[in-house]
Amino acid sequence: MTVVVAIGTRKGLWLARSEDRVSWRVEGPHHAMQEVYAVAFDARAGLRLLAGVSSPHFGPGVSTSDDLGATWEESPTPPIAFPVDDAALERVWQLQPGPATQPGVVWAGTQPSALFKSSDGGRSFEFVEGLWNHPHRPEWGAGFGGQAVHTIVPDPVDPDRMLVAMSTGGVYRTADGGKSWEARNKGIKAYFLPDPWPEFGQCVHKVAQHPASPSRFYAQNHHGVYRSDDGGDTWQSIAAGLPTDFGFAMVVHPHDPDTIFTFPIEADGRRFPPEGKCRVYRSQDAGATWQALGEGLPDDFWTAVMRDAMCTDDADVPGVYFGSRSGEVYASPDEGETWHRVAAHLPDVTSVRAAVIPT
Amino acid sequence: MKVKVLIPGVLRAATDGAAHLDVEVPDPATLGAALDVLADTYPLLDRRLRDERAGLRRYVNFYVNGEECRRLGGPATPLPSGAEIQILPSVAGG
Repeated sequence: MTVVVAIGTRKGLWLARSEDRVSWRVEGPHHAMQEVYAVAFDARAGLRLLAGVSSPHFGPGVSTSDDLGATWEESPTPPIAFPVDDAALERVWQLQPGPATQPGVVWAGTQPSALFKSSDGGRSFEFVEGLWNHPHRPEWGAGFGGQAVHTIVPDPVDPDRMLVAMSTGGVYRTADGGKSWEARNKGIKAYFLPDPWPEFGQCVHKVAQHPASPSRFYAQNHHGVYRSDDGGDTWQSIAAGLPTDFGFAMVVHPHDPDTIFTFPIEADGRRFPPEGKCRVYRSQDAGATWQALGEGLPDDFWTAVMRDAMCTDDADVPGVYFGSRSGEVYASPDEGETWHRVAAHLPDVTSVRAAVIPT
Repeated sequence: MKVKVLIPGVLRAATDGAAHLDVEVPDPATLGAALDVLADTYPLLDRRLRDERAGLRRYVNFYVNGEECRRLGGPATPLPSGAEIQILPSVAGG
């Protein structure tokens, strides 16, 4: 088995490969000097690699590779373009392949906050007007990183159902293929607003779902860790047992809907792991209890892990991966029990995705 | 009228390697009109220079006969016959 890890950074994309998920060969940069906020493997397409790339000088786009980075394709015309007068694409924050039943469908979340749909595997995208026309949109705020749809969770079965999330906007859900959207933030606290329990405006950092449990979602919030068991209608805190409820990442085990991983950060005003100790936290009971995982991870780690910089692969015993703003990447070959360094001294890591290369 | 556009090295992958392009611009000839003509032949170059609203990218500078266009009229900057448009990325970043 060979596993490939795509590491998106503020200055390009690196690819790491390993047969044992302990020793790694790292090569790059691809798309040098371009921000790579979004990266995805599309296993439905023979492991197509998609990257949301953005040059500070020459603008954003989407690049795809069908040979794991040996060659890249980019449409000469903009793959994602706002068909409205008052917005232009600033950055692609998320590329999310649809379920196996919808081959070719890839979703893109953008800054400014909008959703786009591709039906040709990510080469061209159509604007989803329903979300853009939502009456709440003028009140969606911009997080520190910008105003963006950073999370897209398509329903694994029903093509009409989907959840998206944005910082200082919150969670929205559609049941009619994107024509209409409803805010779904009941129970998620927005401590930074005069009314801490608003309909929308929450600063949700990441939402994750397991395909076998489509009504359950897990959310890492800007302070607050939550679970919904009713498709997002209501959310309950699952932060008890964590050292802090701040963080960015939230990842579900690929084969067990009850197992999740997060990377706690001390606080909004102190964005380091607690005591500077690099630790992944895992729950194997849907957030009821948590376990710190740190074997092989450093105790002097004054950096942070961003919302898309943590993932698993899809092996039978899945590996877990994360990258830091300090340019380090770690891998666990055994569901988080032990860790090995994949790379160091890269630029700020913004996105990490991993997959088993098909034989 | 004919104008000449100078392409920086970093963008020549989008012009099949050409370092300069002669462009026939219809009247009224403006910087924006010249870029519209270029976009027809070199859509990838256009993506690098302008967003989907035809707005000039913030960190790309366009000099018309040696003067930065934002001090003139931006995309509406009139082009005299034989004008030389030099495209230069800003010195920015870290």
